Amino acid sequence: MARTLKLRIWRGDDKTGGLQDVTVEANHGEVVLDIIHRVQATQMGDLAVRWNCKAGKCGSCSMEINGKPRLACMTQVASYPEDEVITITPLRAFPVIKDLVTDVSFNYKKAMEIPAVVMPEGMKPGEPRMQQVDVERSQEFRKCIECFLCQNTCHVIRDHEENKKSFSGPRFFIRIAELDMHPLDMLRNRKKTAQEEHGLGFCNITKCCTEVCPEHIKITDNAIIPMKERVADEKYDPVRWLGSKIRRREEVL
Amino acid sequence: MTLEKHKYDVVIIGAGGAGLRAAVEAREAGLSVAIVCKSLFGKAHTVMAEGGAAASMGNVNDNDNWMVHFRDTMRGGKFLNHYRMAELHAKEAPDRIWELEMWGALFDRTNEGKISQRNFGGHEYPRLAHVGDRTGLELIRTMQQRIVALQQQDAKEHGDAEKNMKVFAEVTITEILKENGKIAGAYGYRRESGSEVLFQAPAVVIATGGVGKTFKITSNSWEGTGDGHALALKAGANLVDMEFLQFHPTGMVWPLSVKGILVTESVRGEGGILTNSLGERFMFKYIPDVFIDKYADNEAEADRWYEDQDNNRRPPELLPRDEVARAINSEVKAGRGTEHGGVFLDVSKRLSAEVIKKRLPSMWHQFYELAGVDITKEPMEVGPTCHYVMGGVEVEPDSAAAVGVPGLFAAGEVAGGMHGSNRLGGNSLTDLLVFGRRAGKGAADYVKANGANPVSDAAIEKAAAKIEAPFTSTGGENAYTLHQELQEITHNLVGIIRTGAELTEAIEKIADIRKRSGNISVTGDRKFNPGFHLAFDLDNMLLVAESTAKSALLREESRGGHTRDDFPGMNSTWRQVNHISSFDGDKVSIKSQPLPVLPKELFDLFDVHELEKYMTSAEIAKGGSN
Repeated sequence: MARTLKLRIWRGDDKTGGLQDVTVEANHGEVVLDIIHRVQATQMGDLAVRWNCKAGKCGSCSMEINGKPRLACMTQVASYPEDEVITITPLRAFPVIKDLVTDVSFNYKKAMEIPAVVMPEGMKPGEPRMQQVDVERSQEFRKCIECFLCQNTCHVIRDHEENKKSFSGPRFFIRIAELDMHPLDMLRNRKKTAQEEHGLGFCNITKCCTEVCPEHIKITDNAIIPMKERVADEKYDPVRWLGSKIRRREEVL
Repeated sequence: MTLEKHKYDVVIIGAGGAGLRAAVEAREAGLSVAIVCKSLFGKAHTVMAEGGAAASMGNVNDNDNWMVHFRDTMRGGKFLNHYRMAELHAKEAPDRIWELEMWGALFDRTNEGKISQRNFGGHEYPRLAHVGDRTGLELIRTMQQRIVALQQQDAKEHGDAEKNMKVFAEVTITEILKENGKIAGAYGYRRESGSEVLFQAPAVVIATGGVGKTFKITSNSWEGTGDGHALALKAGANLVDMEFLQFHPTGMVWPLSVKGILVTESVRGEGGILTNSLGERFMFKYIPDVFIDKYADNEAEADRWYEDQDNNRRPPELLPRDEVARAINSEVKAGRGTEHGGVFLDVSKRLSAEVIKKRLPSMWHQFYELAGVDITKEPMEVGPTCHYVMGGVEVEPDSAAAVGVPGLFAAGEVAGGMHGSNRLGGNSLTDLLVFGRRAGKGAADYVKANGANPVSDAAIEKAAAKIEAPFTSTGGENAYTLHQELQEITHNLVGIIRTGAELTEAIEKIADIRKRSGNISVTGDRKFNPGFHLAFDLDNMLLVAESTAKSALLREESRGGHTRDDFPGMNSTWRQVNHISSFDGDKVSIKSQPLPVLPKELFDLFDVHELEKYMTSAEIAKGGSN
């Protein structure tokens, strides 16, 4: 055993809870999830934590470590100074179920609100031809492992439950951007609905989501800003605005 | 507490690729479907698949077709595969990939704009559709989004997205229920609250994946506890050939905490070479006779192959996984291993840093963040890790119906037969699509023909009592401790190299743990309690381990994912035998059953001299069935 760690782990449920002090051994090269498992196996058999792959690929073990949203399986114990107490708490933007497990159903509801890909009419399986450069833009967003750290850190909903109704969050802005940039998707107005139905306008580009993304997806630069610019083009450009009005008058006449 | 009850036409256990593909098929056939999974929706172990999905689309080399793929699959499995499954898989895989594209998947492309295909161990041509090294994630996300798309249709048409298909995430099934000898439903608990759930349904599809957590060093997530294997056994179904486990040759070996995590075969597909501590490229020493004309026996030819595949033989690093795993094991045992007990895998000498980061992004990431190794500059240390179980539920190939239990179906890793004694990389992702679809269709056809089969109160009471048991027990055994003991036993005695004496010892020790597991006591209450959850997972793992150890003891030869130190050779007589596990409520017993005979039209796809390496002279003389 390489070192003795002091932890503070949040334990409780939707009604009550608090930080509990734990002392546990840690081996060389271990990650925070290993330590949680050791606590579970030796001291707190019923300590609740979500995890799956333990390789940074499934996005299950999202939590806050010393206040930072992180994947516990990708957080080296060695990255904290020897004498530092490591504080582990559940994601703050979502309601706690028990200990480190939160209710993330908000995200699945938002996923349901984004219309699926619409293929060109008459296109048959095996027919699509796309260039690598054209698929790469969407591929960046499809790297998302749905850890929801970006959702958790986004200040629009982190401490503002009331915004959740009208704001889908960074995870779903990249989903919309992915479909918008998908070489085959035929559904129009994805950017417009991002603005009008998913709350893109709430985002003021602080880039917190990009900072916490374990897949290093450039959420703000490559998805949010391009969509905002295009929406702005159509909404605030005076010539386009006039054009839309004139066309409308013609329709009336 | 009132019992939560649901009625569906089909209940699907498992939300990985196979389960989701089955759900889509059953739903599109007009049935109501419940998808039940232990994790959140979209977290299934399928996300861990890295390399790609094998399908003979012929986009990169147009010599490829289903017959070549079929031959490769049979060779990889050392001809112990159920021929019909391998045939269906090879024929239908391209359609399953193209269909994903219609649902929004974005695979990497060729210059012509088609789906790109990469080389992989045991595949004669570049055959794996891929997205960098995160193909499994693309597959699971595409299927997940397809499910959502169908739910959106239902919301539009019926005002209720979950009218015909609903996902029950974080629910564990503890029992499959039968009435009058046929499937009637499934029973389990919500992990979140511990409250119990009853599903009434005349058809159940098991798509629970693998058993890796039975072993100490594994690439599998916590979910790989053999639930479906055990549920099927307990419901009266059979498991076939449980002795065959695939140890993936390249798992991480260091640091300790990441031991076992997968290093994709694509590293070798893209040109990675294996060396020992002496710097020798050792795989040239380990080319078995059956593959001697397909693999290069010198470095110059192996290197040329990357540029010219028509005139050179493949590098031996791309031998099927069982061969490479055994070779690494031998090198380490002979004292030529690395400091941490592995060998070196190096891709930095062949590819530029930029190309490595582009083609193997998650490998770069994984080594950089977890081991502090930059794979664009230095070699990785790798060694075998328990990766995949070839054995599984015995099914009818065409419908994926479990033999002996009307209404039960199985697809994906939990089903047996398709891969014989060893699975080729890339064949898993297409296996779960091909047979997931067939299981969904099989279940739909069955329900339409048979109708509902109500569950009795007695069955419900029995299932409920079992869930309560660990809370009332005062035996004091700790589930975590027993799990660790089981993993030590399987690792040491039922691992990559086996002997009769060790297997006999393992069977006794597993039985002992099984006895003690009856005394597991759980601390805390039912609410999201991992100790409680493990008590059930452990019961499943114990049955799987028993089945594996007993099958392995009987098979007195070495083939694919089963190596006996006391019977080192492959034996043509043993090739004609499947091992069938069944469960009488107390213990697992194994019987031998003849392997289905290759029909003439498939027999004739092979050069007879190749078949002579695998088959008895009597079989060759017969030339296949009919």
